[in-house]
Amino acid sequence: MNRAALGALLAHWRRQPLQLLTLVVGLALATGLWTGVQAINAQARLDYAEAAATLGQDDLPRIEGDLSLDDFATLRRAGWPVTPVIDGTPPGPRLRVLGIDPFTAPQNGATPDLTDTADLTAFLDGRLVFAAEGTEVPESLPEVRRIANLAPGLVVADILAAQAILGTGRIDHMLILPEARGDLPPLAELLPDAERVEALAGSEIGRLTDSFHLNLTAFGLLAFAVGLFIVHAAIGLAFEQRRPLFRTLRALGLPAARLTLLLAAELVAFTLLGGALGIVLGYGMAAFLLPGVAATLSGLYGASVEGGLTLAPAWWLSGFAMAGIGLAVAGSQSLWQLARLPVLAPAMPRAWARARLSTLRRQGAGGLVLLLAAALVAIFGTGLVAGFVCLGALLLGAALLLPPVLSAVLSFGARRAKGALAQWLWADTQQQLPGLSLALMALLLALAANIGVGTMVGSFRDTFTGWLDQRLAAELYVRTVDEAQATELRAFLEGRVDAILPIVGTETSFEGMPGDLYGQPDDPTFRRNWPLLDAGPEVWDRLAAGEGALVNEQLARRTGFWSGAEVDLGAGGRREVLGVYSDYGNPRGQAILTLDAFRVAVPDMPETRFALRVPPAEVPALADAIAARFDLPEDGLVDQAALKGFSLDVFERTFAVTAALNVLTLVVAGFALWASLTTLGTMRLPQVAPVWALGLTRRGLALADLARALILAAFTAVLAIPTGVALAWVLLAVVNVQAFGWRLPLLADPGGWAVLSLWAIVAAALAAALPVWRLWRMPPAQLVQVFVHER
Amino acid sequence: MNARVLLLVLFLPVSALAQGFAGLGQGAGGFTMPDPGRDLRFPADHGAHPDFRTEWWYVTAALSGADGREYGVQWTLFRSSLAPGGPQVWMAHLGVTTPEAHVSGEQLAHDGTGQAGVRVAPFEAWLDDWRLWSEDGGIADLRLAAGTAEAGYDLALRAEGPIVLHGENGYSVKSASGQASRYYSQPFYAVTGTLHLPSGPVEVTGRGWLDREWSSQFLEEDQAGWDWFSLHFESGARLMAFVLRGPEPFHYASWIAPDGTTTPYYGDALSAEPLEVAEVEGREVPVRWRLRLPARELNVTVDAVNAQSWQDTLFPYWEGPVRAEGSHPGRGYLEMTGYE
Repeated sequence: MNRAALGALLAHWRRQPLQLLTLVVGLALATGLWTGVQAINAQARLDYAEAAATLGQDDLPRIEGDLSLDDFATLRRAGWPVTPVIDGTPPGPRLRVLGIDPFTAPQNGATPDLTDTADLTAFLDGRLVFAAEGTEVPESLPEVRRIANLAPGLVVADILAAQAILGTGRIDHMLILPEARGDLPPLAELLPDAERVEALAGSEIGRLTDSFHLNLTAFGLLAFAVGLFIVHAAIGLAFEQRRPLFRTLRALGLPAARLTLLLAAELVAFTLLGGALGIVLGYGMAAFLLPGVAATLSGLYGASVEGGLTLAPAWWLSGFAMAGIGLAVAGSQSLWQLARLPVLAPAMPRAWARARLSTLRRQGAGGLVLLLAAALVAIFGTGLVAGFVCLGALLLGAALLLPPVLSAVLSFGARRAKGALAQWLWADTQQQLPGLSLALMALLLALAANIGVGTMVGSFRDTFTGWLDQRLAAELYVRTVDEAQATELRAFLEGRVDAILPIVGTETSFEGMPGDLYGQPDDPTFRRNWPLLDAGPEVWDRLAAGEGALVNEQLARRTGFWSGAEVDLGAGGRREVLGVYSDYGNPRGQAILTLDAFRVAVPDMPETRFALRVPPAEVPALADAIAARFDLPEDGLVDQAALKGFSLDVFERTFAVTAALNVLTLVVAGFALWASLTTLGTMRLPQVAPVWALGLTRRGLALADLARALILAAFTAVLAIPTGVALAWVLLAVVNVQAFGWRLPLLADPGGWAVLSLWAIVAAALAAALPVWRLWRMPPAQLVQVFVHER
Repeated sequence: MNARVLLLVLFLPVSALAQGFAGLGQGAGGFTMPDPGRDLRFPADHGAHPDFRTEWWYVTAALSGADGREYGVQWTLFRSSLAPGGPQVWMAHLGVTTPEAHVSGEQLAHDGTGQAGVRVAPFEAWLDDWRLWSEDGGIADLRLAAGTAEAGYDLALRAEGPIVLHGENGYSVKSASGQASRYYSQPFYAVTGTLHLPSGPVEVTGRGWLDREWSSQFLEEDQAGWDWFSLHFESGARLMAFVLRGPEPFHYASWIAPDGTTTPYYGDALSAEPLEVAEVEGREVPVRWRLRLPARELNVTVDAVNAQSWQDTLFPYWEGPVRAEGSHPGRGYLEMTGYE
């Protein structure tokens, strides 16, 4: 009996292959987007964990300065538990060489396995280094052993070998291990020029990138929700259409429990099929997008992420789980109804339940409460999580409000309608609203996400390019090998340029956190161009007089010291904050003194970098002349245009992923709409047939259907715009500040929004095309058929 | 860091088994072998011999507080060559023993960074701030300082007799088939100084012993470990004796007269008989011995001051102060390796 019943049930899908496709593709899309995002996140996190674990460096305080191994020996011989680290970039392809001392390096680090004496010997001898699979290592380096737990692009070598590879006798810093004794001689006595720098609170990269991943996760969930709408529509339709079949089966003696069980088994089969497809899809998507994500992360945060994917069970299992949960949510209602269905219940498919005022009211109230909650969280909440809670409440609230608002609009239209046909059209639209509302909500979410993220990216881009224009005010930037060459260069440039502005800087610690201190000459170039977010009176004159310092927004936000406050600038001493400037894309604290004040604070700092003011037309000739005359380091000569180009390129790559996800979400929403319209198209036949019988042509009916879809999409788009703008505001003013440490102005982009709305309408038109065409081409006999069952 | 584990393999007993304790039974391929025809030269031989696989500077001292309480101190710097002409690794051990407690410590270092090394003049052997050094040049007057977070010491060592050479002219045979090392000692140190114990500093005095030994293959492959005694008798004489355990135990003793005149004894001349074992870190370790050297009418029992003098290091071993009773009462040190 089971076999026969199952055969009968499955026959439905054979007759309705399109429906089957909808169901499987919807489930696969939902699962795919979700697992894809999970895969990307998991891979990136794995890579950070490896990068951070390489030495556990981020968690340890360190000693910085101009250091050598002799300084290391000095500290060790005084009892200091320190370990030397070299972290450098050899010439050639992008590669980071990390030199460690295997005997003193932290015991918890994910450092190479040297248990084999031959390996240890080769490592200490500089004949063996370690790198992750896929890291390209030039032939000039020693033999490479591939190991799994290293960050991509990183080569681990013995400290002496690393010095040889990097051609240096110095070390970068020493990590102070936790086992320090209490009675150590003070650092200042042992190494007067070195400085102790405390560990960053938590892993900075982890904290910064969390926001990015939360962002991706939100996208994944959104896509999943949209996918569920599709599945819900397809399953609902399949149940409705099979009511006569269910009745027949029951009448033939199939128990209700058995029938329910069989249908549940069917759902499980779909879960496995759709889930598996979705996982394949997700893997493909992740593999496709990961290079972009890697570029984003390294561009924004300097975090290193491998371009390859690991097939972790966690995310593909989560894919199946999500598919299962999705189908359960989408199918449980139908199964519940079925289980309680009287044996001889009317077998006619009912049209979608009539819009009930009470449901709409409840939805409206829920939506308003959520919007209110979003506003409250935006005002009073702190932290990244609050930002995302706000986002979630905003989007869900707006989605819930959509059907009541559309219903009100349609009622209004119906009241205004003149003539029977117009009234029928309005009323019929209203009647369809419950069936379409889920798909329309999905469209709203997709559109709002597009508008919000698009506005954020647009605002970011405009602000960023404006800021680049200001910050890169000089036309040419030169870096010399040493001071002797610098002196020569200055003599050479005398009379050839309008101004030579030295740039000097050093790493130091601000309020105990690592940061960069710069000296900058008092020059109209800076006075005119530097964008200050917050400034005391006569900021530039006071700075020129050597009184205080300018700090970047990141430092101000991190320490809470804005203009007027005093801040500890490490090597720069305690100084008053004169003003705060924006410094997009830089995770570190930064402060600027005048050149004179810097020279006093950090004497003997070689001045080898210069910004040159030249009329733009003369830049290429001057650059050629400098390049021909001086043997500058590889990247010693950068013109403003190239630097801007590079910066913008990093920026574009950063947001390429976002754009791709936006498009995907919109595609999924369009698919949801198509699935719903197809479902309705079949089910509405009993309502359309009488109108046709009254004399309306199929063409007229079809066009009315098309118009209706377009109008609904247009209304949804109109509502999506304020939602999207609110979303953009939350992203820019709440999430950005928490995640990146800077706030951006919201720049409206009505043109872009109009284009998006157009796309929404196009999507609706495409979604409606097939059902409309079917109605148009429907054999009259099929319409007449509707009346066959009239009793 | 796995370098630690690796050293396990390198210095030590891993499967003590085939390779002898601390890898000391490994073949010498490519390393210099001790040459019995070469006379030791000082002060040059106080320094390192990187052509040999393994070498150590080993100080032990049996000490007493003003109240007569017994203490013991050990400090060792090991040098190991990973390959002939290849990189060197340094390792230092410390031990501080009281009748109730034993503290051990261990540090490793890379060669070539200045973190560890040995200098001949003025003499200094160091790893981090664990060091043995001379303020006036030679090894007759030494200072010794080392410590962990738990315990440490700061001692002055003054030699009251000459350096003595073991075996034949400092060529010390270690097995019937001829494994050997270069081996000399300064057993005549009078020691004064301070122990830093968890309970506070303690002023101590006593007798100390410096061992210097280097080789490329100490043990026969089937020798699993040794029991080594260094004793200061009240008579002013000293005894250094060891038993290398294996299918055929190898016995050796140096009888050192108060003036430093040294007589070697091989084979049955020495007998060392465990009288009592204690359970230490899950192993059975003999902590009471009978030593007989009939040629010198020596018949003593040797008792550990603290039976739990366990060096909890990469290659763990027992090392602690002992007292001798019987024909020749005295104090000294006992080291036992290879007890699994």
